[in-house]
Amino acid sequence: MIEILAHALTIALAAIGALFFLAGTLGLLRLPDFYTRVHAATKCDTVGAGAILLALVIHVAPHPEALKIIALLILVLLSSPTSGHALARAAHDTGLEPWSGSGEARE
Amino acid sequence: MNAFFWGLSTFLLINAFACLWRAFVGPTVVDRILATNVVCTKALVVLVLLGLAFERSLLLDVALVYGLLNFGITIAATRFLETGRLKGDWQQ
Repeated sequence: MIEILAHALTIALAAIGALFFLAGTLGLLRLPDFYTRVHAATKCDTVGAGAILLALVIHVAPHPEALKIIALLILVLLSSPTSGHALARAAHDTGLEPWSGSGEARE
Repeated sequence: MNAFFWGLSTFLLINAFACLWRAFVGPTVVDRILATNVVCTKALVVLVLLGLAFERSLLLDVALVYGLLNFGITIAATRFLETGRLKGDWQQ
């Protein structure tokens, strides 16, 4: 019983993560300028990787490998938003203008 | 469960190849750095999935190093872009 529950939870969390990854990819490819792209890609990547790694932690749970995956999860949750912030700050400090909505999209 | 891991890995790899398009055409440098960062995150998850599918815990260590390298490279590249050098003002 508990095994079936763990499998169902694993599949549900992994599907949510895959959906977030798909949303991040679509945002990275389709949004009009850099700031909107970094907004979509960073957040969706954090949540997607977090959900899939959490699903794998539940899948391998009693095994000590789960600790390694938890370390990876903490690493992703710490490093991904920091990278996004550093990228957006570098773009802003070097003078990249945000898209105003009236002009042509920068493809 | 193995087939599910393989399917998820394939899906993530297709996503990563789609993200490479942004690294190829990206109009600014920051776009390219962002795209490689996203591809690296997806590759990290794929490494963990393959490590579980093959039952090789070595791949989990590789994924850990991959994540650390991804973070370091992104921070170093943005710092270099922002200031033109890799050292801070308080260093010689």
